[in-house]
Amino acid sequence: MKRTFGQIAFLFAALLIAAECGASIIKVKPAPNAIHNAIAKARTGDTVVIMKGTYKEHEITVRKRLVLTGNSFPVIDGENKYQLFLIQCDSVIIRGLQIQNVGKASMTDMAGIKVINAKGVIVDNNKFINNTFGVYLQNAAFCSVSNNIIHSDFKDEINGGNGIHAWRSDHLSISGNIISGQRDGIYFEFVTESKIISNRSFGNARYGLHFMFSHNDTYTKNTFNDNGAGVAVMYSHGVNMYDNEFIHNWGDASYGLLLKEITDSRITRNRFIKNTIGLHMEGTTRVDVRQNLFQDNGWAARVQASCSGSNFIQNNFIGNSFDVATNGTMMLNNFDSNYWDKYDGYDLNKNNVGDVPYYPVSVYSVVTEKIPSAMILYHSLLTDIMDQVEKVLPTIIPDKLRDDHPLMKKIKL
Amino acid sequence: MLHTDMKTIVKYILLDLFKNKTILVYTFILAVLAVSVLSMSGNSSKGLLSLLNITLLFVPIISILFATIYFFNSMEFIELLLAQSVRRKTMILAEYCGVASALSIAYLLGVGLPSVLLNYSPASITLIFSGIFLTLIFTAIALLIFVVFKDKTKGIGAAIITALFFTLLFDGLLLSFIYSFSEYPIDKPLLGLISFNPVDLGRILVLLQLDVAVMMGYSGALFKEFMGSVIGSVYTLGCMSLWVLIPLAASVRKFKRKDL
Repeated sequence: MKRTFGQIAFLFAALLIAAECGASIIKVKPAPNAIHNAIAKARTGDTVVIMKGTYKEHEITVRKRLVLTGNSFPVIDGENKYQLFLIQCDSVIIRGLQIQNVGKASMTDMAGIKVINAKGVIVDNNKFINNTFGVYLQNAAFCSVSNNIIHSDFKDEINGGNGIHAWRSDHLSISGNIISGQRDGIYFEFVTESKIISNRSFGNARYGLHFMFSHNDTYTKNTFNDNGAGVAVMYSHGVNMYDNEFIHNWGDASYGLLLKEITDSRITRNRFIKNTIGLHMEGTTRVDVRQNLFQDNGWAARVQASCSGSNFIQNNFIGNSFDVATNGTMMLNNFDSNYWDKYDGYDLNKNNVGDVPYYPVSVYSVVTEKIPSAMILYHSLLTDIMDQVEKVLPTIIPDKLRDDHPLMKKIKL
Repeated sequence: MLHTDMKTIVKYILLDLFKNKTILVYTFILAVLAVSVLSMSGNSSKGLLSLLNITLLFVPIISILFATIYFFNSMEFIELLLAQSVRRKTMILAEYCGVASALSIAYLLGVGLPSVLLNYSPASITLIFSGIFLTLIFTAIALLIFVVFKDKTKGIGAAIITALFFTLLFDGLLLSFIYSFSEYPIDKPLLGLISFNPVDLGRILVLLQLDVAVMMGYSGALFKEFMGSVIGSVYTLGCMSLWVLIPLAASVRKFKRKDL
């Protein structure tokens, strides 16, 4: 046993020394094809330090395990025509670069940094300015994209690309990025077992975060605000969303969070503030919505009749125009122990739980769900009276959708 | 002659109205409601929405009721002056101007001043604007009621029914219209129908200025596109003015031939 340990230790030391000895640092200064030449010259494990300046180079393909570091953010410019870095090797590290003006093509998705069929690539602390796609991960695994600033001035959906685009990847870690002005801030398709932590995605033309067919991913502490359509999550299972903020996604077709065909997922301790629709659920199964705050939204939650087995437990609903809207009379979801600021029941035994159930769907919201043009009567005296009458004697509102244990006091979240 | 007569009469009506406690109480209640609503809710848009509801509920009913009662009560004053060399048209218009300006001043002081001071925005200006228009409109309708009905009780009854019709019943009819024709593209007809109710016109005008407008969905977008444009503003202004002018013209016509 001792011998094997010794052997392993020796081998490790030898490897380390080899790596240390082999790795050299190559400095690059602005010159035609400087980065290309440096990468061609470099050996596996080398560090290429790109000095301050502007480099008009494109299609920089990295096929060796290198570390590319920028010295005070050198500018790599794609002149609105070309794509820039193509990483095709495992464990490449890129940090400290300013990557700008990547072009747009109809055949290829041009990106600032494109990782293709590689593992363990780290893209850290870069600036991406006016690129079609910022970071593009294609068939990548165990990659980390962190602390980048990604911004673009394209103001329409057609010309822009996504800030961080991942396709058919797994075990990614996307953290601490600030993304704005792209088409979608973060876009995932067929990405599994990944973590998205502490990013801020705002002012994007379409979605702050958009993912489809991406199972078992975890999203925590992200902020999504002022995006054209908020956040959309579709056709996935095992999605965990904790401690995120969905703020002021306000517009005709904006959602704080749109869930479509989502199963076995958890939405916990998120804050939905000032969205046209806070949480929209369509065809979801077994989604657990717990301890979230819904405040000042147009519709706090829109739960379509196609949803089943979902739980809304211990959420705060404060100052929303409509608490819950639904499009049918059937309700296979469970609302329990939430705080509703519109609840006007009583609590005789002072156990902090209201003694009469709360019906979160108002009659006017039933009417407008059926006939959207009835929204023209929004805030008229008639609709207020209708709501009051229906509260006393529910006939039109779906009576199965109710909270039997509404809380009298706000939950501390 | 006409001008000086009118000025004098309006002056005396205004003096009488300012001595009247009702206008003072009305101003005071409006001011208390406005200040409490605006300072209580931290969200300025929410405060304005509540103020809008107050305006839409109180202004039509109070204006029409108060004006009707006042007109009927000043019957003797009118008869007295008409015995002098005052023309009927001058008399009736002076009555209208006096009451309408008193109520408008009350609204300006009660709602206008607090909302400009506490929450100055295009939306609050629109709110004040539509509140004033509603006052003018419902005072004009009150004048028409006064001219048409001989009996005070009947007149007050008619005033109550008219106010309820515009604040409540019209919307009910509109809703049933929307219900029965929901299969058809009714957004544009709706736009036309709304013009028949000044209360709805005022409400939508203010709502379009607030960010809750997006909640009105497709029809809201359509209204915004129309009413937000120059033609739309002119149209709305025209509708509101017609709502003042038509009852006024009708009452002048009718009053000229009325057997007093």
